[in-house]
Amino acid sequence: MLAWTVYISFLGVLALMLLPAGNARAARGVALVTALLGFLIGLVSAFGFAPERGIQTITRTAWIPGLGIDYYLAADGISVTLVLLTGLAAVAGILFSWNIEHRAKEFFVFYLALIAGVYGVFLSFDLFLLFVFYELAIIPKYFLIAIWGSTNREYGAMKLALYSFIGSAMVLVGLVAAYVTAGSKTMDLLVLAQYPFPPALQNWAFPVVFIGFAILAGLWPFHTWAPTGHVAAPTAASMLLAGVVMKLGAYGALRVAMTLFPLGLATWRNEIALLAVIGIVYGALVALVQKDFKFVIGYSSVSHMGFVILGLVTLNTIGMTGAVLQMFSHGVIAGLLFGVVGRMVYDRTHTRDLPELEAMRLNKALPFAAGTFAVAAFASMGLPGFSGFAAELQVLIGAWSAFPTYTVLAGVGIVVGVAYTLRVLQMAFFGEAPEPVPEAAHPLPPITLPERLGAVLLIATTVLIGLCPRLLLSLIGPSFQSPLFEHVLKGGNL
Amino acid sequence: MSWISGHLYLIPLLPLLAAGIIAVNRQPRRQLASRLAIGAMLGSFLLSAGAFCGTLGRASGGGAVPEVHNFDWFQMGGSWVRLGWLLDPLTAAMLVMVTFVGLLIFIYSVGYMAHDANFTRFFCFLSLFAAAMLGLLIANNLLLLFMCWELVGLASYLLIGFWYHKPSAAAAAKKAFITTRVGDVVFFLGIVWLYSQAGTLLFYDAGQGCLEHSVLDSMAARTTFGGIAVTAGIGLLIFCGAIGKSGQVPLHVWLPDAMEGPTPVSALIHAATMVAAGVFLVARMYPLMAAHGVGAFDAPLAAGFSALTVVAWVGAITAVFAACIAVAQTDIKRILAYSTVSQLGFMMLGLAVGGVAVGMFHLITHAFFKALLFLGAGSVIHGCHEEQDIRHMGGLRRFMPVTFATYAIGMLALSGFPLVFSGFWSKDAILHAAHHWEVSRLPFYLGVVGAFLTAFYMTRQVCQVFYGHYRGGQAAAPGHAGKGKSAHHAHAHAHEPHESPRVMTVPLAILAVFAILLGFIGTPAWPWFQSYLTGTAAEFNFAELRNPEILSTLLLSTALVFFGIGLGWLLYGRQPASDAQAVDPLERWQPDVFALLRNKFYVDELYEMTVIQLNAWFARACDNLDYFGWNGLVVAVSYLTIGLAWLDRVCDEFVVNLGFDGICRGVSQGGKILARLQTGRVQSYLRVLGVALAALVLFLLWGCGAS
Repeated sequence: MLAWTVYISFLGVLALMLLPAGNARAARGVALVTALLGFLIGLVSAFGFAPERGIQTITRTAWIPGLGIDYYLAADGISVTLVLLTGLAAVAGILFSWNIEHRAKEFFVFYLALIAGVYGVFLSFDLFLLFVFYELAIIPKYFLIAIWGSTNREYGAMKLALYSFIGSAMVLVGLVAAYVTAGSKTMDLLVLAQYPFPPALQNWAFPVVFIGFAILAGLWPFHTWAPTGHVAAPTAASMLLAGVVMKLGAYGALRVAMTLFPLGLATWRNEIALLAVIGIVYGALVALVQKDFKFVIGYSSVSHMGFVILGLVTLNTIGMTGAVLQMFSHGVIAGLLFGVVGRMVYDRTHTRDLPELEAMRLNKALPFAAGTFAVAAFASMGLPGFSGFAAELQVLIGAWSAFPTYTVLAGVGIVVGVAYTLRVLQMAFFGEAPEPVPEAAHPLPPITLPERLGAVLLIATTVLIGLCPRLLLSLIGPSFQSPLFEHVLKGGNL
Repeated sequence: MSWISGHLYLIPLLPLLAAGIIAVNRQPRRQLASRLAIGAMLGSFLLSAGAFCGTLGRASGGGAVPEVHNFDWFQMGGSWVRLGWLLDPLTAAMLVMVTFVGLLIFIYSVGYMAHDANFTRFFCFLSLFAAAMLGLLIANNLLLLFMCWELVGLASYLLIGFWYHKPSAAAAAKKAFITTRVGDVVFFLGIVWLYSQAGTLLFYDAGQGCLEHSVLDSMAARTTFGGIAVTAGIGLLIFCGAIGKSGQVPLHVWLPDAMEGPTPVSALIHAATMVAAGVFLVARMYPLMAAHGVGAFDAPLAAGFSALTVVAWVGAITAVFAACIAVAQTDIKRILAYSTVSQLGFMMLGLAVGGVAVGMFHLITHAFFKALLFLGAGSVIHGCHEEQDIRHMGGLRRFMPVTFATYAIGMLALSGFPLVFSGFWSKDAILHAAHHWEVSRLPFYLGVVGAFLTAFYMTRQVCQVFYGHYRGGQAAAPGHAGKGKSAHHAHAHAHEPHESPRVMTVPLAILAVFAILLGFIGTPAWPWFQSYLTGTAAEFNFAELRNPEILSTLLLSTALVFFGIGLGWLLYGRQPASDAQAVDPLERWQPDVFALLRNKFYVDELYEMTVIQLNAWFARACDNLDYFGWNGLVVAVSYLTIGLAWLDRVCDEFVVNLGFDGICRGVSQGGKILARLQTGRVQSYLRVLGVALAALVLFLLWGCGAS
C-alpha cells in the first residue's frame, strides 16, 4: 500500500495537467486532496507496520533484466518515518501556499512531482531506481524556485540545481563502481550491501558517495546552496527543501553510502563527525549575525542537520535512531519556521529585513504568527516537550560514547542556537519600540484559516512526538536490527 | 503506599491544566483566569500538605526510603527510558513551601497586576511556571528533572520579558535565558555522562537507581581526568546547571537583571522557588555529589575529592561577592536580588559543609522571608508610583505602616536577628558547619563577612526607604532617572505614597508570621526539620544550646548582626539623607571602592568585552567566511566554468573556426575553380574539347616530328 504514496502523487500530477489553466482554486484543491491521501496512506501503513520484521518488500518486478535492474519498492521503519514526514510536509506546504495565484496549476504540478520523487527515494531498494527518483526530485525544485521564487531566484535555483547535480554525479560514480566491482549482476541494495568490496575501493568510494548525498543534507562546507536556495524559494518550496529534500541527502548517506561501504565508513567517520560538528557551531554562529529573516532559518537548518550527520556516524543504535528522529523533527520544525517567515510575514510585509521588522512590532498586527513562531522557536532550540529534545538527546548520548570532544563542541552550538533563536524571535515580532508604532497605511491582512490549520498541524506533531517519542522510535529503532545495518553497526562501539 | 504518593503527578498537573485553560480563553475573562490559577494552586497546596503529612508518619520510623512510581517513556537503544516521581521528605518539604508561597504570591498578584492589560497572560505563565517547578520537585529521574528545569527556565524567560516593550526587559529576558542555558548545556552533558556510566537516570529504582549504593559505588571506583572519581566529574558538570539556575558566580549576572520582570515574578521565581532549584538539585543529587573515589595512587590530591568541595567554595565566594555588590546598589529590587544571590551562596555552602538538612533549612526559611521582602518591595514600588530608586523614597513608614512592619520583620529575618527570627537559626547552622569543615577554614570566614554585610546592606536599605522624610517628587539625580511613570510624577506635585490594598498586605502578614515561626523548627535545641529530612526522630534538648561549640557560633553570629545593623544605623539611620542627590556616606568615605561595587565589579563589562565580543567576532568571521570564502569559492568555480566556456567559444571562433573556415575556404575555392570546369554550358565544353583536341593534335605532331 505504501507504493501508492508515489502513484497517488503522480496521479495528482496527471489530474492537474488535465485541469484548465487559470483555475487556481481547483488546482490547489486537487493538490491538497492528493497530498492528504498520500499522508493518510502513510499514516495507515505506519499503524499496520511491523518494524521488527525488517525490510518488507512492497513490489518487485524486473525492469531492465539485462543489467539486473528491478523495479523494487520496499520499506522499513526508517522509510515509513520519512514517508510520514513527507506527507505531513506536503500537506502543510500546500496549506501555506493557498495564496498562490500566479500559474497555480504549474506550481502544484511541479510540487506534486517533487513529492512523488521524494516518496520514491524513501521506498526504493534498487539503487538505479533510487537514483532515478532522486533525480526526479531535483528537477521540479529548480522550476519551483526559478519561476515562483523571490530574491535572486535564478541564482538560487541554479546554485541549488548545480550542487544537486554535482552531488548526483558523485553518487553515480560510486554506485557504478560498486555495481561493476560486484560483477554487474544486480542493483539490489540488500545484495550489494553484503558484497565484500575491497578496502581500497571503499576508502575512496565511501567519501564520494557519502558527500555526494550529504551535499543535499547541508554538510559543511558543502552547505552554501542551502541559505541562498531557501531564501530564493517560495514558501512551500523552502518548507519542502528544509522539510524533506535535506532529508533525502541524509537518508541517502545512511541508506546507501554507509551500508555499501562500511569499511570506508569506519575509516572516515571521524572526519565526517568533525565536519558535522563544525556545521553545528558554524551554522549557529552565522545565523547569529544575519539581517535577513530567512537567512537565519536557512543557517539554522545547516546547524540542525549537523546533528543528523553526527548521529549517523556514531555507528550505535542510540545515535543513529536519534539522527533519524532528528530528521523527522527538523523537517516539522523547519517547515513551521519557514511557513511563518515566508507565508505569514513576508507575503504580508514584503520584507524580511530584521531591523525593518523590528520597527513593525508584528506581535500586535499578527499575534497568531508571533505565537506560532515563538512555539516553533522554543521547539527549535530543543526545549523538552518538543520533538527536537528527544532527538538531540539521543544523538548526544550516542555521540558521547563515540566522540566525547565533539559532543562538548556540539553543546557550544546549542548555546549559540539559543542566542540566535531568541534574537530573531525578539527582533522579528517583539520589537523594542518605546513609542507607539505609527499606524500602517495598509493594515496587514489577518492570518487565514489554511495558515492556521497548517501551523496547528505542525505544532501538534512536534508536541506529540516530544511527549510521546515512542510513536516514532518504535518504528525507527528496530530497523537497525536488520542485516542491512549489521556491518555498519560493527564499526561502532556501543 | 499511600494514595497520595501514587497520585503525586496531580500536584503539577493542576496548575498545568489551569495554564492550558487560561491560554485558550480570550483576553477579557480576567476573573476566570485569576480564580482558576489560584484555585489550581490551592488544590496543589492541599495535595502537597497531604503528601507532607504522609511523610510525617514515616519520619519517626527511621531510614528515609522514598516511595517511587516509575513508568516507561520510550525505548532508547536496547533499554527503556523510564520516568517517574518520588515522595520523600525533601520533596514533600519543597512541595509545601512552593505551593504555599506560590499561593500567597498568586493572591498578591491579583492586586499588583490589577491594571495590567495582559492580566490573563500573566496568570497563564505563572501557572505554567508553577507546574514546571512542581514537576521538577517530584521527578524521580534526572532527565525528567532536567526537562522541568528547562521549562521553568522558559517560564522565567516569558515572565522576565513580560513587559517586553521595555527594551531593558526584553534584553534581560534574553540574557537570563542564554546565561542559564550555558549552565544547562554543561548540566546536560553531565546527564549524558551519567547515563553512559550508570545506564539509568532514575534516582531510586529498587536498588538500581543512580543514587543508590550499588551503582554509585561502581561509578566512584572509576577515575577520570586528573585522577578524580567519575562521580566527582559528573557531579561537577551537574553542579554547573545549579550555578546557572541559582545565580552563583560566575553565572550570577542574569539574576539582578531579571528584576525587570513584574515584582510578584521576582518574588516567586527569582527569590523563593526557581533560583532555589539549583540548591534543590544539589540536595537531590547529594549521594552523587558526596561520593568520592577511593583514590588512585598517582593522584593523592584527588583521592578525597568530591563535587561538594567545589560547591562549598563557589557558595562561599558567591555569598561574599554578591553581598559586597548589594551594599552599593540603589534599586530596591536589585539590592534584594544581590541579596538572593548571596543567600543562595550560603545555601550551597551549607549543603556542602553541613549536609542536606543545613542547606535545605536555610532554603525554606529564606524562601519565606525573601518572598516577604520582595512582595514588600512590590508594595513600596506600587505605593510610590512605580519608583524603584531608594534615593527617591524615605519616610515611608508613616505612609505604609503594614508594609513597613512586615518588611522590617523580613529584614530582621534576613539579617539573622537573634532568637526570634528564622534567618538567625538557619544561617547559624551554616556558619557552625563551615567552622567544622575539614578541608579549609576560609569558607567560614567568608561566611562571617557575608553575614555581617547582609545585616549592613539590609539596614541601609530599610533606613533609606522607611526612615527620614519622603524624597519622592524631586528631580531625579542625573543619569539615574527613575523608570517608567516616575518621570511624569516627578513634576506633578506631591503624589503622596499610599498603602497597598488588602489583597496585597494580607499575604505580607502571613509571610511575616512564617518568617518568625519557621526558625523554631530547626533550632539546635529541637532540630525537628533536620531529623525530618534524614528520617529520624527529633528530641528536645535544651542543653544543646549550652554546648560551647554551638554557643560560640551563636554568640559570634549575634555579634555580627548587631555590628552590621549598628553600623548601618550609624551611617544611614541617624542622619537620613536630606534629598535624592545626597552622596552616599560610603561613597564619601571610599569613592573608588564604592564605584567598583556600584558597577558590580564590572563583571558585565568583562563578559561584554570577552565572551560576547569573541562570540560576535566568531559569528562575523564565520559569516564572512561563508560569504567570501565558501560562497566565493562556489562563485569562483562558476566564473571559472563560465570563463572556460568563453575561452572555448574564443577558441572555436578563432582557432577551430578559422582553421575550419580556412580549409573550407580552400576547398570551396578549389571547388569554384573546379566548378568552372563544369559550368554546364555546351559551348564551353566544346571550346575546351576543341582546345584539347588541338593540343593533342599538336602534341602528336610534335612527337612524330621528333621521332
